[in-house]
Amino acid sequence: MPKITYIEHSGKEHTVDVPEGQSVMEGAIKNAIPGIDADCGGACACATCHVYVDPAFFERTGTPSSMEQSMLDFANEVEDTSRLSCQIKVTSALDGLIVRMPKSQH
Amino acid sequence: MAEGAVQRIVIVGAGQAGGEAAQRLRTAGFAGELTLIGEEPWAPYQRPPLSKKYLAGDIEARHLLLRPPELLEEERIAFLPATRAVWIDRGNKRLRLEGGRELGYDALILATGARARRLTLPGADLPGVHVVRTIDDIDAMRPGFVAGARLVVIGAGYIGLEAAAVARKLGLDVLVLEAAARPLARVTGPDLAGFLMDEHIAHGVRFALGAQAAVIKGDARVRAVGFADGTEQPADLVITGIGINPECGLATQAGLDVADGIVVDEAMRTSDPAIYAIGDCARRPLLHYPGRAQRLESVHNAIEGAKLAAAAMLGQAPPKPEAPWFWSDQYDLKLQIAGLSQGHDRVIQRGAMKDRSFALIYYAGARLIAVDAINRPAEYLGVKKLIEKGVSPAPDVLADPATVMKDVVAAA
Repeated sequence: MPKITYIEHSGKEHTVDVPEGQSVMEGAIKNAIPGIDADCGGACACATCHVYVDPAFFERTGTPSSMEQSMLDFANEVEDTSRLSCQIKVTSALDGLIVRMPKSQH
Repeated sequence: MAEGAVQRIVIVGAGQAGGEAAQRLRTAGFAGELTLIGEEPWAPYQRPPLSKKYLAGDIEARHLLLRPPELLEEERIAFLPATRAVWIDRGNKRLRLEGGRELGYDALILATGARARRLTLPGADLPGVHVVRTIDDIDAMRPGFVAGARLVVIGAGYIGLEAAAVARKLGLDVLVLEAAARPLARVTGPDLAGFLMDEHIAHGVRFALGAQAAVIKGDARVRAVGFADGTEQPADLVITGIGINPECGLATQAGLDVADGIVVDEAMRTSDPAIYAIGDCARRPLLHYPGRAQRLESVHNAIEGAKLAAAAMLGQAPPKPEAPWFWSDQYDLKLQIAGLSQGHDRVIQRGAMKDRSFALIYYAGARLIAVDAINRPAEYLGVKKLIEKGVSPAPDVLADPATVMKDVVAAA
C-alpha cells in the first residue's frame, strides 16, 4: 500500500499507508492527521484541504483541473506546488509522497 | 465560562455538527468528560452525499462517516448511538435519556438537527413513500432505484432535484411535482431555477409546476399519486423533498427561547448560558448580514457552529466568520453558492448559460450579498471572500467580463 508522509505546518510528520483509489485528503482524515480541514468532504466546494506537494512528486500527482486551479487561486499562501488534496488520487506511483500543510486552511 | 469550570460536556445529536463539536473540543484541549448522544445507530456522518453519490450507489455507508469510529474511543468521547435524550433539568444541570439514565453536565450542546417534513395526505405513510435525511432513508429507497421504475418527486428543491438527477442516471422515469410556479422558489432566483430546470428536462425529467398531490394511492405500497381534479400519475416510488423542521423539542421543554430554531447568540449560546445549540436546529445571528438571524441548513453552518461553541466553552478566541456556503451536484454541473441571495434587487451575470459556466451575483442596493456559480469557482470563491471582507465592488465592475475576480479580491 502506498505510504504518504504528511508534514504539519509545525513540522510534525505523519507517515501512513493510504489505499490506492483514496484521495490524499481522505488519507489524512482517516488517520486523524491535523492540518487538512476538508470541510466539504471532498466535493471540491471549500478549498480547505490545501497542501504543498513535495516538488519531486509534483508532476506525478497530475495536472489540476481548471476547477481546482481556480479554487487554488483563492486559497491562503499558494505556492507553485499547491494542490487541493481531495483532488489527488493515490496510486502506486505516489508511494513515498510527501505533502506539507499550510499554516491555516481558513 | 472559564475552562476550569467545565468538566463535563454532553452533546445531544451526533450528526455533522455534534460530531465536529466533539472533535473540536478535544483538539482544542478539552480533557474532561465528553459524551456524544446520537439517535441514529451511526457514528457522525456527512449528509450531503445521501442525495448524490450514496443514492447513486457510488459509495458505501462507511465512506460517509466523518472520521473512523475507533477515533471516538481513542479520543475518550463516550458515544451513545441509538439513544434518545428526553428531558433537560436545567436547575440541576442533568439530562435524562430514554430508559431513565441521567447524565450530569457543566455545559450542554444541542445539535439535534432537523426532521424531514412528511406529507400529511391520505396514503402518505404507504411503503414506497420516502424522505431524504438519513442513511436508513436512502437504504430504504435504494432497492426501488432500478431502470424503468416510475418515480414521482414531490418538491423541486435541491434535495428533490439531486434525487431526480440520480434517478435519471439510473434510468428511472421521473416526474417532479412542485406546488410553486418554478423550482427552487424558496432558495434562489428565477434565472438559476430556469437554467437547472432546462438541464433536467434535457435529461428527460418531466415537471408539473403549480401542482399539488391530493392523495397517495395504493394498497400494500404506493401505486400512484392522485391530484385534486381526479387525474393520477402512476408511481412505483415517491420521494418527498419539502423541507425540514428543526428538532427543538428538548429546548422547548426546557423553556429555552425557540423561534423557528433554538435562539442563540454569536457564540451559539442559548438563553441558558450553560446550553449551546448548533447546526440545523440553531437560529443564529448572521454576522455578515447585520440585523438578521435565521437557521442555516448546511455543512458550513454545522462546522462553524461547532467551532464557535467549542471556542466559547473553552474561553478561546472564536474562528474568523465565514460567509455561508453551499453546493449542489446535478448531472455534471457543480453549483456553488456563497452568501444569501434573499432580498436581492439586482443580479449581475458573468459567463454564459449556454456555455454551462456562469455566475449570478446578487446585490441588495449597493451591497454584494451572494453568488450562485455553475462550473465557475473563481466567482464563487471571489464573492465569498468579498462578503467576508465586507467589500462590495460596484456592480459594473463585476459585470465587466474583463474583470478578473482574483484581482478584485486582492484589491479589496
